[in-house]
Amino acid sequence: MDFSLDDEQQALVASFADLLSKRSSPAHVRQAEPTGFEPALWRALGEVGVVEMAVPAERGGWGAGPIDLALVAEQVGASAAPAPVIEAQVAARLLASLDDPAASAALDAMLGGEQLETKAVRPVVDGVAELVPAGAVADAAVVLDGDRLRLVSLAASGARCPVANLAAAPLADVTVGDAAPLASGPAALVAFEAALDDWLLLTGAALVGLAGRAHRTTCEYARERRTWNAPIGSYQGVAHPLADDATAVDGARLLVHEAAWELGRHGRRGRELAAMAFAFASETARKATYDAVHFHGGVGFTLEADPQLYYRRARGWPRVWGAPQDAYGRAARARYHTSEAS
Amino acid sequence: MDFELSDDLVAFRDEVRAFLAEELTPEIDDRVYRTGVSHDDGFVRALAARGWVGGTWERDDGPPTLDALRAHILEAELTRVEAPIYAVYTTQMVANVIRVVGSPDLRAEILPRFHRGEVSIALGMTEPEAGSDVAAIRTRARRDRDGWIVDGQKMFTTNAHITDYVFLLTRSNPDAVRHAGLTMFLLPLDLPGIEIQAVHTLSGERTNIVFLNDVVVDDRWRIGEVDGGWQALMLALQDEHSAPFSPHLSRLVEAVEQWAHEAGRIDEPELQTRLARWATQLEVATLLELRATWMEAKGDVPLAEGPMSKLFSTEALVGAAEDLTELVGPDALRSRLDPTAVADGRVEHLLRFSLGTTIYAGTSEIQRNIIAQQACGLPRA
Repeated sequence: MDFSLDDEQQALVASFADLLSKRSSPAHVRQAEPTGFEPALWRALGEVGVVEMAVPAERGGWGAGPIDLALVAEQVGASAAPAPVIEAQVAARLLASLDDPAASAALDAMLGGEQLETKAVRPVVDGVAELVPAGAVADAAVVLDGDRLRLVSLAASGARCPVANLAAAPLADVTVGDAAPLASGPAALVAFEAALDDWLLLTGAALVGLAGRAHRTTCEYARERRTWNAPIGSYQGVAHPLADDATAVDGARLLVHEAAWELGRHGRRGRELAAMAFAFASETARKATYDAVHFHGGVGFTLEADPQLYYRRARGWPRVWGAPQDAYGRAARARYHTSEAS
Repeated sequence: MDFELSDDLVAFRDEVRAFLAEELTPEIDDRVYRTGVSHDDGFVRALAARGWVGGTWERDDGPPTLDALRAHILEAELTRVEAPIYAVYTTQMVANVIRVVGSPDLRAEILPRFHRGEVSIALGMTEPEAGSDVAAIRTRARRDRDGWIVDGQKMFTTNAHITDYVFLLTRSNPDAVRHAGLTMFLLPLDLPGIEIQAVHTLSGERTNIVFLNDVVVDDRWRIGEVDGGWQALMLALQDEHSAPFSPHLSRLVEAVEQWAHEAGRIDEPELQTRLARWATQLEVATLLELRATWMEAKGDVPLAEGPMSKLFSTEALVGAAEDLTELVGPDALRSRLDPTAVADGRVEHLLRFSLGTTIYAGTSEIQRNIIAQQACGLPRA
């Protein structure tokens, strides 16, 4: 048993934390609204290999495992980065898992930095993939349409309809059309579900980062802000919820790490733990960011203050797929071996 | 990063489980439940024979038998099956204090017997008028020739009706500032002037109130310095903060899963989703607990991490017991020992049991105070 990061992992975290602190400050995050995409940041992340790292070595990447990706995702979340890191990584891993020439070509285009692909997290309904993360800025999206995985080009006119949204995230409703499938039948479903495991895990990791940053910001404020001649953080009505949040953030981080470790070794609890991590991190981020707005008082309700940046993303990022309850359902089906259909 | 127990730790856990299958008989289990007294002489001696009582300590007669991780695994396994170890646990807390600040005579008198499972000590800190604020205690110890005369009352002295001693915190100097005027004793419970009355609790556990009337105590029973009781107390409380609570949540989740399987309802989406929520809380509680243990094992002092673990697992237990009682429905009301009980009545018992866990060993509010200061950097109230 070992809960620590090794030297390489610490260096990885430090390098991303450094890059993001310079290029994804709250001011940058605001400037990137409402599209939620900062091209210069995305280029900088591309230059340090944020897509390559996620792809297996035999497909031209660096072969980083889920733990390394989760560590990066936590930093991305902590800085509320307006860059589709998780979407691109998940799409690249999905494409790399498919035995199909079009998938390989799309992956090569991603690795070459020419294209950005994303993945719809929910299946297509009536020919439309709704609220596709990064759908407003990606060149193509992998979607599950019935039992077929299709690669939908988003360049064609009418293929996507960007959606203004709570999180100021680059979401779009995507009309699927009849692109040739990359995979079909059980293989397509298996690949889609595996990619969803990745997305749930990494989104959970990002939410841990987001919640942790919102919490830290709020603790700093609670030390400084005085009411009735005492720092508000000295009142238990403020201190105790913040203590609960500190505990939940630590717990969520441990659970994300455990889930990443289990997925990385292809353990039997990978799907269950990834869904649990997503659910618990969602709940944690939901409460920590509410507390962040609330304990900043009236200031917290203004757009000038930072807590609202975290509050909106804590809800928008996970909800494009579902609520904590949905993730508990997914964890339950994995835990109790119930089929997805029931 | 590695979340797996190594093979030798798994082997140790299996050894503990085999021991429990052998030694923890249904008769002991039933008697503990009926009497509310979590102690059995034979069981404790069997534990001691394995070297598992005070197993992490350096001893005169040999090296430690357990490292921090094994000690945690042992305690978690014992807790999960509700083994009758409460008296061992309190005895160990006190023996540890004696080991650190006790006189050579006291150490010689208590420690070897402790390691053999032949001595038992109850806790006597809390009073009717002083709980979390321990320094507010009123029990007086006055100097008298070679010894002391003690008067007062001690509350929640669980097992004091069967133990040999009570770990007695007294006010020896009423003029000193609160923390400074306290002295600790190991009080033999067969001295004249001691009266013990049962106090029954919601969980079914029997605890006690101890009345002390002009009890004459020889000075050799003092633990630590005169007016130095606070140090002894802190040593004891440090131990208390590291007890595992997630095994209780584990027992609850398992009981309801067993019920759901037996009732043929485990595939119901709403039911299994609710169960998964508490299984998730159990996962987090277990991780927070293992992290604190892992830190201790590598020599770090978990300042906020111990309280986080205690707070989270006990609050999760309370929430889970409430929600899962409602999930199981009317049948959850049927008590253990009633022939109609579902899942051995464990749900009904755990609902009552859960309430104490957020109170004793430092209330949730105390834990939050510590976390707010240590993890959040917030000023003291």
